[in-house]
Amino acid sequence: MPFELDGITFYYSDKKVIDNFSIKLAPAKFYGIIGPNGSGKTTILDLLVNHRQPTDGSLNFKGRRLSSYSKFELSREIALVPQNFYINFPFTVKEIVMMGRYPHIPRFAAPAAGDWEIVNAVMEKSRIVEFADRYVTELSGGERQRVVFARALAQNTPILILDEATSNLDINYTLSLLNIAADGVQAAGKTVIAVLQDINLAAAYCDYLVFMSKGRIVTHGPAGEILNPDTLRSVFEVDAKVYFEDYCNSLQVVFRR
Amino acid sequence: MGKKLFQYDDQTGGLRKRLKEATLFQLLLLAAVMTAVIIISTGMGYIKVPAAAVVKVILAKLTGKADFLAGLDSVFSVVVMDVRLPRILSAAIVGGGLAVSGVVFQGILLNPLADPYTLGVSAGAAFGASLAILLNIGFLGMYSVPLFAFLGATVTLLFVIYLSSSSGGFSSNNLILSGIIIAAILSAGISFLKYIADEQVSVIIFWLMGSFGSKTWTDVGLTLLFVGLGLGVFIFFARDMNLMSLGNRAASSLGVDTRKVTMVLLVTASLVGAICVSVSGIIGFVGLLVPHMMRLLTGPDNRRLLPISLLAGAILLLGADTITRAVLPSEIPIGVLTALIGGPFFCYLFRRQHKARKIL
Repeated sequence: MPFELDGITFYYSDKKVIDNFSIKLAPAKFYGIIGPNGSGKTTILDLLVNHRQPTDGSLNFKGRRLSSYSKFELSREIALVPQNFYINFPFTVKEIVMMGRYPHIPRFAAPAAGDWEIVNAVMEKSRIVEFADRYVTELSGGERQRVVFARALAQNTPILILDEATSNLDINYTLSLLNIAADGVQAAGKTVIAVLQDINLAAAYCDYLVFMSKGRIVTHGPAGEILNPDTLRSVFEVDAKVYFEDYCNSLQVVFRR
Repeated sequence: MGKKLFQYDDQTGGLRKRLKEATLFQLLLLAAVMTAVIIISTGMGYIKVPAAAVVKVILAKLTGKADFLAGLDSVFSVVVMDVRLPRILSAAIVGGGLAVSGVVFQGILLNPLADPYTLGVSAGAAFGASLAILLNIGFLGMYSVPLFAFLGATVTLLFVIYLSSSSGGFSSNNLILSGIIIAAILSAGISFLKYIADEQVSVIIFWLMGSFGSKTWTDVGLTLLFVGLGLGVFIFFARDMNLMSLGNRAASSLGVDTRKVTMVLLVTASLVGAICVSVSGIIGFVGLLVPHMMRLLTGPDNRRLLPISLLAGAILLLGADTITRAVLPSEIPIGVLTALIGGPFFCYLFRRQHKARKIL
């Protein structure tokens, strides 16, 4: 079990953001976390990557308390594509992607040939080779988001966490990046935990969905079982129809306007 | 596809090698220029000393062999060793120190306008120095003023950190804002000290504008120690600083203990800034300008930027000090000179960058 969350509560100053959150996440699955704005999705991810620590409850990673891991140990286990992908200095795209290899390169050593191979392969996969030598500060939002995604892939960790990682991408790149993530789950047994806004994308890609609202889990389970109009109404307060779509081989949702 | 990948490999390998060679070349070039500037400027002044004589005097001192001094005017040895070199070396070390701590401040505050004085370090130092001059504190002889300047800077730094730290760690906005508030209060305090200072007011004003006049070997040793230690810390965390430009979350997920690294770097960079101010007075624009210029030259990777900025800062400030000491008919305060040259140059650089739509 990569993650075991038991009764997690988190306060942001006086405000309770996460309330009694308990779930076990298994390896080699694509998890989707879904919920309205401000429901605590990013905070849950912050807790999972040990960027913040729970106020109460226990959070174990591979059988050990998550907070007992050093940042360095975790950087070889968990990669994060954050929501904010602004980069402050004019590094080249290639340099940024290579930063994903830092956890694998000793502090004062130069990248090995193997690191360059991984960086190049990842840039091919994410289709950013054409601007490998450009400055990230000159790229568009969507281009930069692909660079940040490539950097997380270069980290080559068993767990990949995506915080609305496709928010600025067109549908072509969205599908292509989610396919890369899903491939990692299928072929390499990786675990992906993604916060997604688009419920249809979540239905198409995720094995398992976690619906949350106001810091609590509303319901969780295999996507095919728990995605239904009642869940959507209680979480988002919208009317929806859920049906099986052969074309993408998954449930899909349409909403009443 | 395979062929394309291979070609690409080749290209990156070549680029990496070129960059490495270029950095090494830049470092060697800058080191050579610095050595040349040191020797030439040592020869300049009221008593002209030929470059060869300067080298001989330094060699004689370093090796302990008096043979090198054969046939030289005995005044040369005194002028070079006791009068000029301490001043020249402290100018170079302070320049390098200001430049590297500027790199660090810009790197961790994620703000290209940050410099060693951003957190109110200079205002703190100025207040401490003004107080020492006003109260005529002399129990440490000539080191009273620098000591008070250093204490002022350190206390200010601690207070700014206390003011801006919250449960969630530091945010660069909080730090900058706290620094500005404290600096504003302190500068009002300095104005008040000047107002009640009477006769010492000119001493205070002169100290505040900075000078390398009458520096000693103790100053050289002290600044060298602090700047050297500081540089060691900066280089150690240079890679983490690269990651921190991706933002705290990303840096943290790539193995950086952002809170700890920010704290260590802030304190170290401020102390380096503080020792520089306490030795030389307030010298603006070196810490702001040098990292900018060098980032254009060598890119933002701190592992290259730090050593290059160190050398460039040393050359720049030494050059400026030599201009005011030996070129201008009468000495003007170095802080005024760097601001008068650095300010407009920064405007030009900023405008040009702006036009090229590159972000500094």
